[in-house]
Amino acid sequence: MKRALIIDDEPLARMVVLEYLQAYPQIEVMQECNDGFEGLKAIQQYQPDLIFLDVQMPKINGFEMLELVENPPAVIFTTAFDEYAIKAFEAHAVDYLLKPFNKDRFNKAIDKYLSSSVAEPAPAKKHTEDLLETASHSPAQHERIVVKTGTKVKIIPVQDVLYLAADDDYVSVYTAEGSYLKNKTMNFFEQTLDPKYFVRVHRSYIIAIQQITRIDPYEKDAHLAILKSGAKVPVSKTGYVKLKQVLGI
Amino acid sequence: MAITNHISTPRLYAAFAACGLVWAGLQTYVVHSFGFIWYIASTEGLVCSILLASACWLINNNLRYYQPEKGNYLNILIWIGALGAICTFGARWILPFLATGPAYTNFLLNSLTIRFFINFLAIGWVAMISMLYYTQLDQKENEKRKAEAEQLARDAELYNLRQQLQPHFLFNSLNSINALIGFKPDEARRMIHQLSDFLRGTLKKDDQQQVPLTEELTHLNLYLDIEKVRFGHRLQTEISCDKSSGEAVLPSMLLQPIVENAIKFGLYDTIGDVVVSIRAEMDGNYLILMVQNPYDPQTSRPRKGTGFGLRGVQRRLYLLFARNDLMETHANDNIFTTIIKVPQL
Repeated sequence: MKRALIIDDEPLARMVVLEYLQAYPQIEVMQECNDGFEGLKAIQQYQPDLIFLDVQMPKINGFEMLELVENPPAVIFTTAFDEYAIKAFEAHAVDYLLKPFNKDRFNKAIDKYLSSSVAEPAPAKKHTEDLLETASHSPAQHERIVVKTGTKVKIIPVQDVLYLAADDDYVSVYTAEGSYLKNKTMNFFEQTLDPKYFVRVHRSYIIAIQQITRIDPYEKDAHLAILKSGAKVPVSKTGYVKLKQVLGI
Repeated sequence: MAITNHISTPRLYAAFAACGLVWAGLQTYVVHSFGFIWYIASTEGLVCSILLASACWLINNNLRYYQPEKGNYLNILIWIGALGAICTFGARWILPFLATGPAYTNFLLNSLTIRFFINFLAIGWVAMISMLYYTQLDQKENEKRKAEAEQLARDAELYNLRQQLQPHFLFNSLNSINALIGFKPDEARRMIHQLSDFLRGTLKKDDQQQVPLTEELTHLNLYLDIEKVRFGHRLQTEISCDKSSGEAVLPSMLLQPIVENAIKFGLYDTIGDVVVSIRAEMDGNYLILMVQNPYDPQTSRPRKGTGFGLRGVQRRLYLLFARNDLMETHANDNIFTTIIKVPQL
């Protein structure tokens, strides 16, 4: 018996999946979720084997929701149209269904999932990670960072970010209200954030250039950037060159 | 080239020939006044004028196709000098065969320098006029082309701004119909009709056309009904429009992207039920349209000025009315408001 969730903000879209699933008694739908928040809760509660996930949803999109799940289940995406999503799916998802999809196409996706889960019982974690890496280049991910604080989900618009600092396997995202941990790498943020506004000034620091009030020399070849909030961020030699380029000085 | 079409060519040639004749007459008169007989004077006048005219024609023709670059007039000067010299020495060698007599030959040889300068000045004069004339023609041509290009770009832009039909909307609607077919075939059928009416309306609209607000609202309602089927009870709409504003006109499909934007932000930026309201009223000579939707100030920042994806609407208003102050947006208390003023012409 496989446990499944359907996460989609359109009731009728969920009904299609439910209807098509009737042919598969071995897959049990535990819950239908209206959005990513409900989806996150339900994933924690039911630990499903498979989720049907829409991309465009209120507040946080399907990719952002997946980022917050620690051991993501197998994912079959159901979406209308999204060129970034399609690229990501083609590379890494169990399968993706472009709405409207017919029953044959749906059955193919389910069969693919069922046969793969027999071959490798653990959900294809690597696949999901690759998928998220590719999906991170979609426009929504340039505009906000979604983090989890305790059980709550916090959406940080990139305009609110002061700077980011490497923190072991995580990255700390600093805002005026405090800092949040995100399970990503510095390279990830260096690539996703708009280089016009964010500069990697140090191996362990990315800075929002609009926050800088002053750059002071500090030790040999190094500098310190002083932010509006008073925070001091180290700037390496190469980081200083990059910073000068972006600031045009 | 289109250049020659501006002034009719025969008239230009006639003017050129007339100038040549006048020149020949003048030269004849001048030579005669030095005491030579009319035969000699007129021969000299004709020969010199023909040579000079050929030189002028040559340089004019050259300049028609090769405009010198700005500041690079040395070439032209050399050309004028060379042509002047050829004219002078041509006359020097040809005239002794036609008009004999030592007195005349002497006169000819003594006046070579002054002849060269007169030729030089005359050819230079023609070159200058040609240059000015053709530069001006080129400029006019350029201006015309630029205006045409701008018009074209404007048309294309208007077309694009209005035609951006959301593929999301279309595919999701089809997906909803797919769902309804299974258990509510009647509703599926109704939705197909709504969708096709909406699409037909979108396709046949003309950019430049002004339509009454009631017509625009009818079309908008088709769209809203489809969205309501998709999102169920989550989406509600309120439309208020009195009789006088219903009769007012606005550019077709102007309201559509504003409402699309309101729905998109209402539905994807908040959780829970969403009310999108559309209000129309008259204010003097303006039709005022106000669209409101809920939004979350924590997560979305309307950029200063227009905010969200409304730049297209503002651009269209500008292209149609040449004014930038016809649209404004406000964001407060979780409600985002878009107001547009449509001048009634």
